[in-house]
Amino acid sequence: MTREQAMVPEAEFRSYYGQPVIKAPIWHEPHMPVYLYLGGLSGAASTMAAAALLSGHDRLGRTARVTAVLGAVAGAGCLVAELGRPERFFNMLRVFKPTSPMSMGSWTLAAHSALTSLALAPTITGALGSVAARSASRSAASRSAVSRRSTSGFATRVAVTPPAFAIRAAVTPPAFRPARGSRWSGGFHGALSGEGAVGALVAGLPVAGDAAVVVSALTGPLMATYTAVLLADTAVPAWHAAHRELPFLFAGSALASAGAAGMLGTPAAQAGPARATAVLGAAVETVAGAVLERRLGLVGEPYGEGRAGRLLRAARALTVGGGLLAAVAGRSRPLAAMSGLALTAGALCTRFGVLAAGRASAADPKYTVVPQRRLAEEPEETP
Amino acid sequence: MAERMGFFTDTSICIGCKACEVACKEWNDVPDDGFVFRATSYDNTGSLGADTWRHVAFIEQRAPAGGDGGEGIDRWLMSSDVCKHCTHAACLDVCPTGALFRTEFGTVVVQADICNGCGYCVPACPYGVIDRRERDGRAWKCTMCYDRQLGGLEPACAKACPTDSIQFGPLDELRARAEERVTALHEAGRPEARLYGESPDDGVGGAGAFFLLLDDPEVYGLPPAPVVTTRDLPQMWRWAGGAALTLAGALALCFGVPSRRRG
Repeated sequence: MTREQAMVPEAEFRSYYGQPVIKAPIWHEPHMPVYLYLGGLSGAASTMAAAALLSGHDRLGRTARVTAVLGAVAGAGCLVAELGRPERFFNMLRVFKPTSPMSMGSWTLAAHSALTSLALAPTITGALGSVAARSASRSAASRSAVSRRSTSGFATRVAVTPPAFAIRAAVTPPAFRPARGSRWSGGFHGALSGEGAVGALVAGLPVAGDAAVVVSALTGPLMATYTAVLLADTAVPAWHAAHRELPFLFAGSALASAGAAGMLGTPAAQAGPARATAVLGAAVETVAGAVLERRLGLVGEPYGEGRAGRLLRAARALTVGGGLLAAVAGRSRPLAAMSGLALTAGALCTRFGVLAAGRASAADPKYTVVPQRRLAEEPEETP
Repeated sequence: MAERMGFFTDTSICIGCKACEVACKEWNDVPDDGFVFRATSYDNTGSLGADTWRHVAFIEQRAPAGGDGGEGIDRWLMSSDVCKHCTHAACLDVCPTGALFRTEFGTVVVQADICNGCGYCVPACPYGVIDRRERDGRAWKCTMCYDRQLGGLEPACAKACPTDSIQFGPLDELRARAEERVTALHEAGRPEARLYGESPDDGVGGAGAFFLLLDDPEVYGLPPAPVVTTRDLPQMWRWAGGAALTLAGALALCFGVPSRRRG
């Protein structure tokens, strides 16, 4: 079937005054394509944060955590703004409906937003801790004096309350770590004293945060790819027919986006894995896009024509260029910045281009009628 | 559940009076759909949408297949289109809020107090029926007059149709009646008569509103062989799962997890 579609002569078909058979997607620009980008960015970034946690890339891990939560929250904002009745957003969580990719996506996004928010906790307590540790060292007080001083207050208790120092030690960069002895004694003091209810809660945050990062490695890949199912599960020919390639296109694009964010937000010396992610993501995105256009034949035409074609050609150039730059950037800050910006622009162009292709595909009755007419005339043909 | 009810629209006796369009608007209080001269024969409504729940198509054919190709109008096709109330309804499948539901009459209806206007049903429908009313923000379409049915009445369009081109009743009865009608037309020398949407074996599991047409469906603006998009959903999730694993694997590779754990 694919071979035949690739070699069709100019399609002849009949229609009702050239009007479209199906309704084009009504999703707005920029909300919808920007959400597709942000969801992918957040999903890949949270997975990156988990990989960073497990491999001890602390600085890059913090960038990834911040990226993940910003992407999820801003993305959710885009989705709510997209609704015809934004005040009814919570109706999305009224039912759990496996036949609706949007229902599955809403639940995934809700869980993912909560997890990525919680994942920031160690970063925040770590930052507070570093402030407290500096003030503690400046005061040159003894360990017991520090922990007993009521005036040192909240921040100090945060700093010196290490419930799971092993995990925390992996997350908090050495420069920010107070002396281990002071954290021990202070922690026990803070947790045991009557004033420690808030302290105990805060003490639990780093553990909860790291656990959230690990779990967000499950929601993250879903966030980056469910949107492909969302588009494919429609009557839009160019989307439905692309249900094999779209998930890989979006996964690759998400990897490139998260790699780009990692390169932009992390000192070059610690951004090595982000550069590798960017290169790999750009490669996956480029290959998936090329396979998509080759396999779809007639139905894939909208990906190469008009506004969609221009956007997707720009996306390919930016992605390939950004990927190559990431490969050679090394410790060069300007090259890394150029690569990161190119990949981000490429990922955005990909999403705008895919939406434009879907609209063009729905607007021309040819893409609905011709494949169905073939199917109706050769019903025994198997794809 | 009560008996499954449906529409059989016999376009061979449609006279294009648009009484169905008017009756639908009156009963359901559907807003105007714009006053546009479209230059498409007598059709200034265009297509089904949020504000058009019955749509009469007009096709003036000058040289139909097998015709003499002479001047003037050889044939004038008219057909009142409507929501198909599919057995496997894509709009209902993809609705994330549960606003779309299956009634006790086997029809598919939007609950206006639940719909949050996400717009997903719009590109999901293989017939291009349901749409979002932009000044209202919600999705709207034919309810097969759910309220009238609850009161034991036939839908407004069927009630108003002066030629019984629109017939309402239990779907099984309608299908049997339609078969008889096609046979009668074939015997009367109209081999082009064919049923559309009547078969439970088609891509949407059979339509609750089906048609007798006198030409190919696409001539009336109907898809020739529609398939409910969710039929392929398990396969779509499998490919997405593969891509998700690829993403996780790629990151594990790039970070050297877990071999490079640093103290």
